[in-house]
Amino acid sequence: MQGITSFLQATLRLATPTLLASLGIVFSERAGIVNIGTEGMMLIGALAGVMGSYYTGSVILGTLIAMLVTVLFVSIFGFFTVIIKADQTVIGTGMNILAAGLTITANRAVFGASTSPPSIDVFDSWRIPLLADIPVIGPALFNQPIPVYLAFLFVPIAGFIMFRTNTGLKLRAVGENPRACDTVGISVTKVRFLAVLYSGVLAGFAGAFVSMGQMSFFTEGIISGGGFMAVAAVVFGNYTPRGVMFSSLVFGAAYALMPRIQAASMGIPGQFILMLPYLITIIALCLVIRRSNRPTSSAVPYIKE
Amino acid sequence: MSEMNQEVSVNEVKEDRVAGKEILRMVNVSKHFAQVVANKDVNLTVVEGEVHALLGENGAGKSTLMNVLYGLYAPSAGEVYYKGEKVEIHSPGQAINLGIGMVHQHFMLIPALSAIENVVLGYEGNGTVLDLKAAAKTFSDMSKQYGMAIDPWMRVEQLSVGQQQRLEILKALYRDAELLILDEPTAVLTPQEVENLFDIIRQLTKEGKTIIFISHKLNEIMTICDRCTVLRNGRVAAEGLPVKDIKNANQLAELMVGQTVNLKTDKSVAKPGEVVLQVKNVSALNDRKLQALNDVSFEIRAGEILGVAGVDGNGQSELVKVLTGLIPASEGQVRISGVDCINKSPKQILEHGVSHIPEDRQKMGMIAAMNLRENICLMEYDRMPYSGKGGLLRWSWIDEHSRELCSKYQVRTPGVQELAGNLSGGNQQKLVVGRELDREPKLLIAVHPSRGLDIGATKYIQSRIVEERDRGAAVLLVSTELDEVMDLSDRIIVLYEGEIMGTIEQKDADRNALGLLMAGIKNNEAQAG
Repeated sequence: MQGITSFLQATLRLATPTLLASLGIVFSERAGIVNIGTEGMMLIGALAGVMGSYYTGSVILGTLIAMLVTVLFVSIFGFFTVIIKADQTVIGTGMNILAAGLTITANRAVFGASTSPPSIDVFDSWRIPLLADIPVIGPALFNQPIPVYLAFLFVPIAGFIMFRTNTGLKLRAVGENPRACDTVGISVTKVRFLAVLYSGVLAGFAGAFVSMGQMSFFTEGIISGGGFMAVAAVVFGNYTPRGVMFSSLVFGAAYALMPRIQAASMGIPGQFILMLPYLITIIALCLVIRRSNRPTSSAVPYIKE
Repeated sequence: MSEMNQEVSVNEVKEDRVAGKEILRMVNVSKHFAQVVANKDVNLTVVEGEVHALLGENGAGKSTLMNVLYGLYAPSAGEVYYKGEKVEIHSPGQAINLGIGMVHQHFMLIPALSAIENVVLGYEGNGTVLDLKAAAKTFSDMSKQYGMAIDPWMRVEQLSVGQQQRLEILKALYRDAELLILDEPTAVLTPQEVENLFDIIRQLTKEGKTIIFISHKLNEIMTICDRCTVLRNGRVAAEGLPVKDIKNANQLAELMVGQTVNLKTDKSVAKPGEVVLQVKNVSALNDRKLQALNDVSFEIRAGEILGVAGVDGNGQSELVKVLTGLIPASEGQVRISGVDCINKSPKQILEHGVSHIPEDRQKMGMIAAMNLRENICLMEYDRMPYSGKGGLLRWSWIDEHSRELCSKYQVRTPGVQELAGNLSGGNQQKLVVGRELDREPKLLIAVHPSRGLDIGATKYIQSRIVEERDRGAAVLLVSTELDEVMDLSDRIIVLYEGEIMGTIEQKDADRNALGLLMAGIKNNEAQAG
């Protein structure tokens, strides 16, 4: 019983960064932008959050700063892909390389290269009374850091925005047929750019949660593929918030399973176990490649005649 | 060209206007794209409640002018007055607010969304949270009022082409459009659907709406329009000509083309020779694994044109793909000059003297990003005289040959190094036709050979096809343009849901008989009913 509880708890907590980031990029993906630079955005968010928390002494302020900095960072991506209409994959890859270098440099400049990390304010678990007393699932579901609750609460809200509001309709339409949107007076550039900025907000939050919720400081390469997993989660989740939640949980479970298999010492080399989440991602993507809500104009820049 | 004569006739008709309140006046509108002049000093005056035809060949500047009016293009010069007031329209949103609606030739709908979502998309009256139910009710009431019932909850991809067009019209009416621009609205419709559209247009004008009807189909203009403005090479060739004063289609054609045109393709009686193509009990599935062809059998002899009529999507495309080896047949036999050609590769089939003018020149006929000479060697690059020993291409010979081909088939181009994608649609098609006919085929498969072409190019390509027949080729002509099939074919088969509904000799063919077969009603049933 204890094992199940701790496994569930780890699954939710480990699914949260993927969920947060993919709830952001599911919107930009729907608008027709494939942002392979999510990895870099999360990296920037992770460092900015730590710095914010270090200087302000508050994890909340740190997270807000992470969001703001990531939005500034992703606006570069938005400028090149949406306004200049450059290739999204190339720019996204460039953003990842930029973020990797930038975070290493900034981290060493501020905190020094070899000293042990100072302690900062991080997300603590927040126990919900009564609900957390339910046997087995109670401690797993209702004794988590606040971002975990927020991420899961946001799933139905994101669904509502995407499928029930005027903004959501515009967003989905822009990804399908931008020219048609143009003829009914919608600014394709505006919708796409705002969707990209919005994905930056959540990617920054996701990064901050990695460095201040799962860990308690920034290390180089801290995201280690989490951003790519978020992009994969959107595809695997068939471009809906609910689907994204499902795929994030699958990935989270794979991460949670990792140390448990290792602990069971079944003779499988550790390196193979570390591959597990990524292997599951690949298999999952192969399984869903056919049925798809993938927007028709995905990754195609819209150029007015 | 008889530019001078035209000017005179323009002045004559200017005096004779249909009485009524003017809704739109475009004055001396010009539009340049880089060095190309798309519109030059165009004047257009539209009166409330009329159907005003905007006539011109492809590339004459009709769509450009309307895109200027709709705010998609900024005019280089000129003024627009709407309901007597000078307006500058910078965006479609602004045009919509003025009461201008446009149904584009390629529908501006989003297939993955429902009909009602498409209707309210971008509508300014939307709340933050969409109330689709209320919108659907308004929409349904409106669609019933105009006799265009469409289920608002259907996804657009499930609607037929005719329904999609009606949805586009309703989308504009939902935004209270008073002036409705219909860009080539009949290009995708069956004869019956065209009648339907005309009824809708009549009802709309009765309720005071104004229609600008863009077309190059003369008969339609004679039927539905009140007045007509003709564009030629971006300039006005005739302004506001009352249609009742027009004697016949030939007169309009002359204004449009600038010279006398013969609307009928001349053709002698066929002298069929031995059987070239033999198709026996062929069945095939389409890409969605549904039965697309069912037990189809026919023959074509040398020196004869067999026309295939039918509404788009009734197996024509699959038939051609089976014959050219692009998709497999599930059953049956195909023999070309007696050689078994079923389920062979396209290359093997083409080697038996088959030429193919494909249905979509952009996707299947040519490579837009390659230049002319490269496109010309696509079929025979691997043999003499295109390539020499060692497989190297002989560019000097190819260049010379390409130039000959361009002049023989009237492909207007700055040179053979020009990218095929930069040519106009008509010249692209002539390039494809030229390349295919140059191989002197025994069997010519021509699919929608004149789709999207102007009168001049259409007549030219049609006469070339007839010449091929006279040379002794067997021709399979697939077209959704009934007139084209009826004019050119010696015999006509009609496909409906993958089956041959009947075979008609050219002399017995008329629109009514073919139309019934196209709708799936066999002769004996029609007589019985």
